[in-house]
Amino acid sequence: MSGRFVRLSESGRQQISFSVDGEAATALSGDSLLVAMLLNFPRLRTAEFGGEARSGFCLMGACQDCWVWMETGERLRACTSSVAEDMRVYTQMPEGVWPVVK
Amino acid sequence: MASSQVIIVGAGPAGVRAAEALVTAGLRPIMIDEGTCDGGQIYRRQPTGFVRSYKTLYGTEANRARNLHQSFESLRESIDYRPETLAWGLWEKQLYVSSGNRGEAFDFSALIVAGGATDRLMPVPGWELAGVYSMGAAQIALKAQAVAIGRQVVLMGSGPLLYLVANQYLDAGANVAAVVDTAPTGSRFKALPLLFARPGLLAKGISLAARLRFNGVPVYRGATPLSIKGDASNGVGSVRFRSRTGSEREISCDAIALGWHLRPESQLADLARCDFHFDPVTHQWLPSIDTDGRSSISGVYLAGDGVRLLGAEGAEIAGRLAALAVLNDLGHAAPVDERVRLRRRLDVMDRFRRGLAVAFPWQPAAVRELADDAVICRCESITAGDIRETIRVKGAVEVNRTKALCRVGMGRCQGRYCSDAAAEIIAAETNSSVEQVGRLRGQAPIKPLAVLTEQAGTITNVSP
Repeated sequence: MSGRFVRLSESGRQQISFSVDGEAATALSGDSLLVAMLLNFPRLRTAEFGGEARSGFCLMGACQDCWVWMETGERLRACTSSVAEDMRVYTQMPEGVWPVVK
Repeated sequence: MASSQVIIVGAGPAGVRAAEALVTAGLRPIMIDEGTCDGGQIYRRQPTGFVRSYKTLYGTEANRARNLHQSFESLRESIDYRPETLAWGLWEKQLYVSSGNRGEAFDFSALIVAGGATDRLMPVPGWELAGVYSMGAAQIALKAQAVAIGRQVVLMGSGPLLYLVANQYLDAGANVAAVVDTAPTGSRFKALPLLFARPGLLAKGISLAARLRFNGVPVYRGATPLSIKGDASNGVGSVRFRSRTGSEREISCDAIALGWHLRPESQLADLARCDFHFDPVTHQWLPSIDTDGRSSISGVYLAGDGVRLLGAEGAEIAGRLAALAVLNDLGHAAPVDERVRLRRRLDVMDRFRRGLAVAFPWQPAAVRELADDAVICRCESITAGDIRETIRVKGAVEVNRTKALCRVGMGRCQGRYCSDAAAEIIAAETNSSVEQVGRLRGQAPIKPLAVLTEQAGTITNVSP
């Protein structure tokens, strides 16, 4: 899978390794999590209502379209978070299966 | 409670100039900033480790950006600066903020809200697909991160940002597949008398458009958006629109930026219960202020693009003027001559603001004609048809009632990107005007909050 975004300059920063849904990816120190993910992959998550792929929208913390999950269960807004070494990101809730109540 | 605690929300041009005036008068304001560092969106700083120059980042506004950053740095130790902090609620004379999982409440005697603006969006069928961004997003990707939103980028909408971002992409080496301007071609000429209020800016705008053509970027004016095509898993593939001459065009692209100028982030003013009025020029509800930025609520002042779109330079003036009003109202010295001068400059900028609204108009007709299956609310995939049915079947005649019944405006973005369009559709369906169908009320928290596990500060009043 190729990325959605294109890096135009500022490529002299330190390289960082992270993963998205278990797939290894690289980014540069100072990349936002959203930019790091979209330089590697075409999407950030799947819309919970329409089911289509989503890749963020406003990039300024207003639309809330870019929330993703960490392995630890924590949620992060990708556009206002920075990518970090060894970050393990998930595009779906890690335990996103609703229990069946009998 | 300190007798003259002043809080500023926002660290952009208005917030920084307000802080400067307060510090000069001997006060130590608290500055709440959602960003990681000062500058706001317009003069947003790039992260540590990035090396582009001021000239590269801010172009013709490089000196203004540098001046503002330097002013902030010289104020830094004289203010209580709170970066990465969200002001999410307001109750009487208390402002509620959160940073990470820590919540705090501040009493204030004066609050200056300088929260800026976000993009104003008109839904285009297919805008929910991956690869569609707001115009501001396209600019932030470049300015803050040195990336382009795609390999073949189409910029569509209307407003000064359309041409500015296209030029910035061009300069940075990105591929701009087309610029599609939806403003009717005659609107610019109609706006000229007002736009001459700021001839320098007018000339800059004209040169931006000319430069695109000179560099071979296709510019379509007077266009009508038809749809964004693509598929649910790969996102955008092309954009369709009707040209000025009536012919249909389709342009391949993998990214689209949409924007119809801006809308003020006025939620805190709303929570403070400030009066709003309907601005017929822009078709927007705006918080009402006096000449100096006083809202209808004592102790609450509003400045910058969060109240009226005067741009960065206007925001610097409005921020300073609001701070001088605060000083005056708190019994400090505030130079009368300077206030008169600043008001005059704002009047000129307001003429230009109205000119921009005429040159790059919001297009109610296009929104009202959207097909029933067009998604209006991106957050929860609520369509134009869902809204129309809510009105026909359930009898809603007003925006808040429609929201309660079909959730338009209730999703993640809290109506930031759908409420203007939803209001047009409700107005059309009820045969009334946008003014008559009312204003979507803001709700606290104005953005999602992390679970607040730590409470600092003293809360003296508990809100019901």
